[in-house]
Amino acid sequence: MKMTGAEIFLESLKREKVKHIFGYPGGVVLNIFDLLYDDKKLQLILTRHEQGAVHAADGYARVSGKAGVALVTSGPGATNTVTGIATASMDSIPMVVFTGQVPTMLIGNDAFQEADIVGITRPCCKYNFLANNIEDLAEIVRDAFHIATSGRPGPVLVDLPKDVTVAKTEFIWPEKVDIRSYRPKYEGNKFMIKKAADLISKATKPVIVAGGGVILSGASKELTALAKLTDTPVTMTLMGLGCFPGSHKLSLGMPGMHGTYYANMAIQNADLLVAVGMRFDDRVTGTIETFAPNAKIIHIDIDPTSIRKNIPVDVPIVGDVKRVLTVLNKLLKDNDQKQWAPVRKKWLKQVDAWKAEHPMSYAESDDVIKPQFVVEKIHELTKGDAIITTEVGQNQMWAAQFYKFEKPRQWLTSGGLGTMGYGFPAAIGAQFAAPDKLVIDIAGDGSIQMNIQELATAVINKLPVKVAILNNRFLGMVRQWQELFFDERYSHTGLDVTPDFVKVAEAYGAVGLRATKPSEVVPVLKEAFKINKTVFMDFEVDWHEKVYPMVPAGASIDHMLFDESIEKSAKKKKLRAVK
Amino acid sequence: MRHTISLLVENKFGVLSRVAGLFSGRGYNIESISVGETLDSKISQMTIVTSGDDQIIEQITKQLNKLIDVIKVTDMLELDHVEREMILLKIAPQANRKLEAIEIANIFRGKVVDSSEKTLTIEITGTEDKLTAFVNMMKPMGIKELVRTGKVAITRVGTKK
Ligand SMILES: Cc1ncc(C[n+]2csc(CCOP(=O)(O)OP(=O)(O)O)c2C)c(N)n1
Repeated sequence: MKMTGAEIFLESLKREKVKHIFGYPGGVVLNIFDLLYDDKKLQLILTRHEQGAVHAADGYARVSGKAGVALVTSGPGATNTVTGIATASMDSIPMVVFTGQVPTMLIGNDAFQEADIVGITRPCCKYNFLANNIEDLAEIVRDAFHIATSGRPGPVLVDLPKDVTVAKTEFIWPEKVDIRSYRPKYEGNKFMIKKAADLISKATKPVIVAGGGVILSGASKELTALAKLTDTPVTMTLMGLGCFPGSHKLSLGMPGMHGTYYANMAIQNADLLVAVGMRFDDRVTGTIETFAPNAKIIHIDIDPTSIRKNIPVDVPIVGDVKRVLTVLNKLLKDNDQKQWAPVRKKWLKQVDAWKAEHPMSYAESDDVIKPQFVVEKIHELTKGDAIITTEVGQNQMWAAQFYKFEKPRQWLTSGGLGTMGYGFPAAIGAQFAAPDKLVIDIAGDGSIQMNIQELATAVINKLPVKVAILNNRFLGMVRQWQELFFDERYSHTGLDVTPDFVKVAEAYGAVGLRATKPSEVVPVLKEAFKINKTVFMDFEVDWHEKVYPMVPAGASIDHMLFDESIEKSAKKKKLRAVK
Repeated sequence: MRHTISLLVENKFGVLSRVAGLFSGRGYNIESISVGETLDSKISQMTIVTSGDDQIIEQITKQLNKLIDVIKVTDMLELDHVEREMILLKIAPQANRKLEAIEIANIFRGKVVDSSEKTLTIEITGTEDKLTAFVNMMKPMGIKELVRTGKVAITRVGTKK
């Protein structure tokens, strides 16, 4: 039976087991949307901005592990997806974005709502297609999902010209995918893994640095086994949080610019780094020249370009983290019956001493709400079990520092691109992927305004997403840099006119709550978590508060700045270690 | 150090811009690039001359390999190979030096492919050294125009450096 391109497209999505599409309609995709009107298997979730649709698809992917899907129109619809695609690309998130396109005979003519979206997104997606022939459409959809979800995952864009979705042909679903120029390597080199096992056995001061690749590969179990087997402390990059239980005694929290003192000290003093599914981002390494000066480096990553890009390594292992760790763990178990505890005793004692020296802490107050206190209470009340998304800025760093993630796929943040406006739509996508979970966006008052229109999406879909706005009336992170490095000249970072977020929430039909004093924080959180609706919580926090520790740009990661008010440990602000 | 990198790529719309975009986006330089179909019309061959230290060249070859449409990447420097480039050179020698120009072209195994009252156009193929020497010899003759194809390279059979 002949089918139209639009029918083939939707049928192909069903073959790929897609259930949710985040999207926004327009001229050239009208025929596709018409089919979706009474489709029983595919649910289109109408966002209020195409950027929101792509971030929602991204959040959906991070929670479910499956490719997120977005569908938008040509021209402005397509260009509005770019930030979302670049965000997913930097964080290796599997996603397929479908954009409408003007009919093939008009392409290149500056037709109404024409944009060369394939050209525009070429450098910020894993791959993209212009489906200019209906005969190839099913195969292109199949390839798109295959490319997005295999190897190092990433976003793929498929541009669908109007005439192709209108044309008719026989539907043939390709039973298997084979792209001769794309065959990711999954198995690590045996010899290199053996070398890695030897190095680990000999090391006296090793540290595991785990990144987002561990989560993408589904290798948390293997990573945790490696750490426990060899008694090796683990630090997790921003993207890696949750791949090892944050409350475990071997956890060092996050390294780098706003990382913990003990993670950075451990790296700088280590004799071996086992880097797993991470890419030595500059926010992790600080100055390269002085990074981990005494350490040999084992680097496991599925993407060969990640290896030796920023840092020389001793044992490069290209392969899927899960498979490599499985082999490595087996070697370590078989080869070596040694008792690790006595070997590591001294090193772990040193690590504990660093933990005691500068625990993650902040100066408490009874008068003003400290943003870290809010995050801490969110952690406490949710027992570390919520899905947390963030915006970008101080809110993101405090969430990373003070929420202890126990499991993978409960932490969604724009790590690589640092996209303000990510968290709220991502939370919406996350809630679709995990309807029974508590999903909380920890936000800044600046960032939340970048996709605040998605309140409508949350409300109409009855999503009980919670947004905790750490409202400091500033673009806080930028203000922090201005305070520290630009003589407190707060150029264009004061948000003097900020909307009344409670009223904004109410205007959309959501619930708005506010806390202005520390004593109101817990009651507001408790109430919000009780209500089965979209809730905005406006926490009026201390605007002076800064993210610490901090490694200034261009410094070595053991040159950290600390909060002086804690250092002095003034009477009222008692020092407080966070468990 | 200078490297000649040979690529086999899918002969698809947009592949050249993916490859060129990789170089510009990551700040690598391209000294020359030449593209053509292979015997299999679905596959194109590209020869790119680039330069950088070992770490950069390693990144370039890995990044090229990572492009979905790239089938094979060969760094010719690692292999015994033959490299050639062609130049078309239009000169306007003084009347009394025209024969001399033709003589030089002959010595370099160049060919006069066009001539007019005032100009001569010479085609010459060779290695970079030879072409440079030839162009230098011709400079006093008054070079009007010079176009070059960019390098192409092929491995020698059965030899490994
Ligand atoms: C789209 C975008 N524009 C600009 C920036 C630069 N930037 C990084 S943090 C930040 C301030 C964020 O302010 P807010 O959302 O209020 O969060 P806070 O730092 O106060 O927690 C800015 C402007 C960015 N990351 N993303």
